[in-house]
Amino acid sequence: MPVSKEVLDQVALSQAEYDLIVQRLGRDPNYLEVGLFGSLWSEHCGYKHSKLLLREFPSQSPRLLVMPGAENAGVVDIGDGLAVVMKVESHNHPSAVEPFQGAATGVGGIVRDIFTMGARPIALLNSLRFGPLDNPQNRYLFGGVVGGISWYGNCIGVPDVGGEVCFSSSYAGNPLVNAMCVGLVERDKLMRSRASGIGNLLILVGADTGRDGIHGASGLASRTFEEEREMRPTVQVGNPFLEKVLIEACLEMAATGYLVAMQDLGAAGLTSSVIESAAKGGVGVTIDVARVPRREEGMTPYEVMLSESQERMLVVVSQEHEQDVVKVFQKWDLESSVIGRVTDDGLVRIFEGETLVASLPIDILTDPPLYRLKGVPPSYLEETRGFDMESLSLPPEGAGPVLLRLLSSPNIASKEWVYRQYDHQVQTNTLQGPGGDAAVLRVKGTRKAIALSNDGNGRYCYLDPFVGGAIAVAEACRNLACVGAEPLALTDCLNFGNPERLEVYYQLEECIRGMAQACRALDVPVISGNVSLYNETRGEAVWPTPMVGGLGLLEESERQCATAFRDGGDVVLLLGASQVRGDASSLGGSEYLEVVHGRVAGVPSINLDMEVRVQRLCRRAIGEGLLKSAHDCSDGGLAVALAESCIAGGIGFKGACAVGGRWDAALFGEAQSRIVVSVASGDIPRFRALAREQGVPWVELGRVGGDRLTWDGLLDVPLESLEAAWRGGLEKALTR
Amino acid sequence: MRFGVVVFPGTWSDEDCYHVVKSVLGQEARYVWHKDRDLSGLDCLILPGGFSYGDYLRTGAIARFSPVMEEVERFARRGGLVLGICNGFQILCEAGMLPGALMRNDHLQFRCQWVNLRVESSRTPFTSECKEGQVLRIPISHGEGNYYADADTLASLRAKGQVVFRYCTPGGDITPEANPNGSLENIAGIINAQGNVLGMMPHPERCCEASLGGTDGRFIFESMLKVLA
Amino acid sequence: MFLARVYVTLKPTVNDPQGKTILGGLKTLGFDLATEVRAGKYLEIKLSSPERTLAEAAVEEMCRKLLANPVIESYRYEVEEVIPRS
Repeated sequence: MPVSKEVLDQVALSQAEYDLIVQRLGRDPNYLEVGLFGSLWSEHCGYKHSKLLLREFPSQSPRLLVMPGAENAGVVDIGDGLAVVMKVESHNHPSAVEPFQGAATGVGGIVRDIFTMGARPIALLNSLRFGPLDNPQNRYLFGGVVGGISWYGNCIGVPDVGGEVCFSSSYAGNPLVNAMCVGLVERDKLMRSRASGIGNLLILVGADTGRDGIHGASGLASRTFEEEREMRPTVQVGNPFLEKVLIEACLEMAATGYLVAMQDLGAAGLTSSVIESAAKGGVGVTIDVARVPRREEGMTPYEVMLSESQERMLVVVSQEHEQDVVKVFQKWDLESSVIGRVTDDGLVRIFEGETLVASLPIDILTDPPLYRLKGVPPSYLEETRGFDMESLSLPPEGAGPVLLRLLSSPNIASKEWVYRQYDHQVQTNTLQGPGGDAAVLRVKGTRKAIALSNDGNGRYCYLDPFVGGAIAVAEACRNLACVGAEPLALTDCLNFGNPERLEVYYQLEECIRGMAQACRALDVPVISGNVSLYNETRGEAVWPTPMVGGLGLLEESERQCATAFRDGGDVVLLLGASQVRGDASSLGGSEYLEVVHGRVAGVPSINLDMEVRVQRLCRRAIGEGLLKSAHDCSDGGLAVALAESCIAGGIGFKGACAVGGRWDAALFGEAQSRIVVSVASGDIPRFRALAREQGVPWVELGRVGGDRLTWDGLLDVPLESLEAAWRGGLEKALTR
Repeated sequence: MRFGVVVFPGTWSDEDCYHVVKSVLGQEARYVWHKDRDLSGLDCLILPGGFSYGDYLRTGAIARFSPVMEEVERFARRGGLVLGICNGFQILCEAGMLPGALMRNDHLQFRCQWVNLRVESSRTPFTSECKEGQVLRIPISHGEGNYYADADTLASLRAKGQVVFRYCTPGGDITPEANPNGSLENIAGIINAQGNVLGMMPHPERCCEASLGGTDGRFIFESMLKVLA
Repeated sequence: MFLARVYVTLKPTVNDPQGKTILGGLKTLGFDLATEVRAGKYLEIKLSSPERTLAEAAVEEMCRKLLANPVIESYRYEVEEVIPRS
């Protein structure tokens, strides 16, 4: 029976894809089988448009314990018999529909990806983007998303240690909600998701299955938000308490050594969980949907297989150890049931009681067609690239008022309003929490600490996807360098529009190439990630926005650095430049250009060779105890970096070096590969030698001290004004 | 000293408390599962923070019916020291072992931040190492820490010196601005009439090591050690 | 089969910031007639009881023991006989 166009639309399969299925199967699939294909051949599960591009990313590192994509998350050896597991995932569409639950279940999903590998989740980070706060709908989405993350993350006892929040009209109809989770596991306790052992049992544990989120993977992740609103998807509602109990029970179970495999249920629910687990093991499976505990009556096999009900886990266990595993579930008052078995025939066979309702070869189901398109540069680039920066007039009010305006801009202002709603201390490892360049967590039982950062800049990528992608990677690593950490690995979430449109495909391709180039330069692999495409409103794609999560290592946790200026008289240096000179081109894509001149234009640029050297110098200097503070020069440029170090330290700065060129570009330009550091004056000779050895230019900016930020003839602002603008900026925008 | 750290489903400060007792203070500690009733050999019990049973219905409302709670009451009646932190404080109130109730923060948001606490009484086993009026810097992390009790109960708490901690300014003043959650009279911690059961919303276990930003939490644990020694 | 509808609200003397916030929201939307909001909890409980008095007694005890905290909350309920779906 051929399938109707409506059914294909529902599962987001094209006619050509359907024909391919028929050809490979040698028959028409039934309705349930079409649903399985729709899920597994979706962008979300099958990476149809992105997989070939993602191969650009370097994935080699002696520390890598699992190949990228082979498991639910990437795994990195940090020594001492320990490994760090990490991944980021988007929940953009669910959050647009219902911000509180959408964001909450996003946290739940990424946390399951981590503990399914036997790792205890030790940190969450969030990268969030919304439309401007002067619109009540954007305020509603922002408040709802933060509330949902707070509700879910706080309840499960995983600290939320960092992240970023940005606002731009590009995200007005389509907010980006990316959640990153990091876990810690003893190397030899690492759990896999590979099903094996003919006759072994598949046990489903956790929440009952309801009709929530059907078509989440195929439908939501392959449609633009407006089409999806039409579909009125059932909102998934999270149960963080159940998640917390699942974390403890699953980790306890993993420690018994009785489990063959463990796999969470995420997008496409049972379908992807069971079938991907079987595919990894090269085995077959049978499932009886009648044995899946239901929350609702009258559910069809189709609904059971595609439900995205939250807080469910699948474990594979041998018959002889079934009771050992069930005992752990009972201790935690968890419901579980045996729903199937591992077989040797390479098929997934789905029964409803005695009746066989679907039977498909797993190798076909998990081998979607991969597309390679020829991207076309977006037409807007000509205009944004052609803009003449020199034509901008200098703001008549002068540098001080401009600095205050930038500090209170919601993109730069303190995000304390957000992160004070997140528990960032539980588990008592947080040496540096939110608000700095990177979070630093000690690893108990060792002298080590790990550093975590989270970066993306949609504006740069919009103006130049290649350079923007490279900068996202460089900045994530630079933030790690600013606390003194060696970058070990990256995870990424690529948020783009509809890739079937060639201009969007171009952005995706260029961005990945740029990211890959920076990864190679900085010698850091991408170990896991997620692709979120179809982020569009009314035919307008969001800014191409890769979010990069960085993991760094500090061999000795005491050898870390923070952004705060510390002592009067310390010398403030800028690494990565030999003079302070305002070059108009550095205003391209800057926060200043948008806030003060209302423009998004220009071309960002980065010199990766310089970037590598600056980061190495920063790390070395911190390791040798030479730096008293270090802060990345990013959004808002040099003046904002200085102001933030002053505010964090509660002490002023007195600039003493000459400023050439345009003062707006000198103070607020966003040239890359620059770090503001402070050094005790007695350590300057040692620092100078180290910088020479590393081949990094630097310039002395002035000294720490006083209660004002001053720069002869340019700036003179009291610390308390800086602080008021920066601390109050976000709340002011919210209550406006 | 042997500490018991009670674990309910949804508890998450258990490991933090255990770490402090064991690794920072060098004392003995063991976990007590909420379905167990065996408290033998323990000198002191900690009811840690978290979201027991998800804090569904009300904070601590379901946990207080766990089997272990009958034993905790018996332990307290016999004079054993019981320290309820955050969710532990909420459970003790629900169980009637401490007066009053903890309601949703008046601004309706969760708050994780450092606060200042004024020690209102040093004549308790939990504050004997503090001076009265001393200001401790300790983090809070809760959505429902807004202490409420009726006027008579409040008057009685005051009269009997049962208010142990109040939220204050860094200089020790009790002001509305220093109150992070709307608690009546800025109350952050109270003790029972018998003087051996303390409930407090702030987390002393989060500030016993300098690398975490402060060590004022040790005053509380070290006071207990002194009493038990 | 009986269905109990249980309403748990904060006592009149207890401050209700949630209710106040909701009232503020209503005012912002122009609902000037609204003068006070008290937020609470609503629970539906199905009971397999042969008779009403037994069901009512059970619900009363549930409220006292668990559903409401007498320090801050008051409760009321109604019990209705329902015919279970076959």
